[in-house]
Amino acid sequence: MIFFSILTNFLYKFFIIFIVLICIIFCASMLSIVERKFLAYFQNRIGPNRVGWNGWLQLLADGIKILFKEDWIPPFSDQYIFCIAPLISFLTLLFVLFTIPIKKNFFIVDLNIGILFFFMMTSISVYGILLAGWSSQNKYSLLGAIRASAQMLSYEIFLGLSTMGVIAQSGSFNLIKIINSQKIIWNVIPQFFGFITFFIAILAICHRHPFDQPESEQELSDGYHIEYSGMKFGMFFIGEYISMITGASMITILFFGGGNGPIFPEYVWFILKTFFCILFFILCRASLPRPKYIHVMKFSWRICLPLTLLNLFFTAFFILYFKK
Amino acid sequence: MFIKIFFLQIYSQIRSLYLIFCNIFQASETRLYPEESLKLSSRYRGRIVLTRTKTGEERCVACGLCAAVCPVSCISLQKTEDKTGRWRSEFFRINFSRCIFCGLCEEACPTLAIQLIPDVELGDYEYKNLIYEKKDLLISGTGKYDDYDYYSFSGVTLKKTKIKKFFHKKKNVDIKSLLP
Repeated sequence: MIFFSILTNFLYKFFIIFIVLICIIFCASMLSIVERKFLAYFQNRIGPNRVGWNGWLQLLADGIKILFKEDWIPPFSDQYIFCIAPLISFLTLLFVLFTIPIKKNFFIVDLNIGILFFFMMTSISVYGILLAGWSSQNKYSLLGAIRASAQMLSYEIFLGLSTMGVIAQSGSFNLIKIINSQKIIWNVIPQFFGFITFFIAILAICHRHPFDQPESEQELSDGYHIEYSGMKFGMFFIGEYISMITGASMITILFFGGGNGPIFPEYVWFILKTFFCILFFILCRASLPRPKYIHVMKFSWRICLPLTLLNLFFTAFFILYFKK
Repeated sequence: MFIKIFFLQIYSQIRSLYLIFCNIFQASETRLYPEESLKLSSRYRGRIVLTRTKTGEERCVACGLCAAVCPVSCISLQKTEDKTGRWRSEFFRINFSRCIFCGLCEEACPTLAIQLIPDVELGDYEYKNLIYEKKDLLISGTGKYDDYDYYSFSGVTLKKTKIKKFFHKKKNVDIKSLLP
């Protein structure tokens, strides 16, 4: 009897994980159409409008095309690493999504070190790009990988520090506790500089414009995934959107109070806030030009790092002064 | 100074974000071509036609200037002569799969016979169908220039008198006109 209950429990959890996984991957691939549509609206175009209802079935056409494309592994490449690299960049930030509480009692894993896990996974996700660029034996992809690592050196330093103010206020790394600490006021207002720096870091993690040096299409003609085709390229492609969803949901949890909000249920608020964050990502892509990677490094070391340190210093001061 | 420039740069970034966001409320510039019909001006260089005079005569005198000037040499024609001494083309062939629609043939033509009209829908599945013969090229109208008739303006005479009398009513040649 006990065995049976354990089995059903296990099956139930497995089912939930499966459903969530399918939902996330579907949303991530759907996001490519959403992004194309919104980019078109920002640039006074129409965007894809041929397949399905006003272009919303474009995903199907793209999926069929990418599935049946020849999956070519270049003979001059380091084949083992070449195959593993897209997996790394696809899976790392997908794992982070499992720790994110959409409702207060709906999550797959409740980690006490939620934010630390996120940092760890973002650090590992760089390896996907690095190995992809290195193993495909191509000058362009190697340059892209070098740029990715240079960008990592610029954003990692203030990524952790920018969230330290939030963690100090809530007193925990646990994401649910952080959400609960924002019931009175969202963290955007007291931690405004933390929010801005974290937002910039998230843009850099997702390799979104304006921080898309690794895959700058104009100079490197796709950067690290230039040699990839078929489903391996698709994994990089969807992995980027998954990292976008992860980043946006981290922003909502840390700075916009997660699912907190009036009238609507929690998950509606969560999805709305995440969606608006993603929209802002797309707006940034549509409007801002790409800086050189030297400029990114200068900006992050000279401006963002002191800003986050000052932010952390003042939060610590206020916490010590008022909570005594 | 550094701080001032820094804040100005931040302001410009935020301004560009705002301006791009405002675009979302504007109508799109894209024209959905196959659903919407094309509105090309009458000077647009599309399909090539051969025109006739007001009386219904062919304008083309098969001088071969169009074939000579064509940069991709897509025009080929053969001259014949009537009993009256009037030149005509025996065949006149344009290969539209080579034509680049530059309009040089229209500029070169002394009789204004060859003209480019704003029709661009020339797509076909076979190259063979894109070779237009004289019967495909000839239209019954006068095209863009209604009044012009080469034989009445230029003073070139034909041998037999009937047509000669008919065309040479106008004695005074308009010297201010640029037309040949």
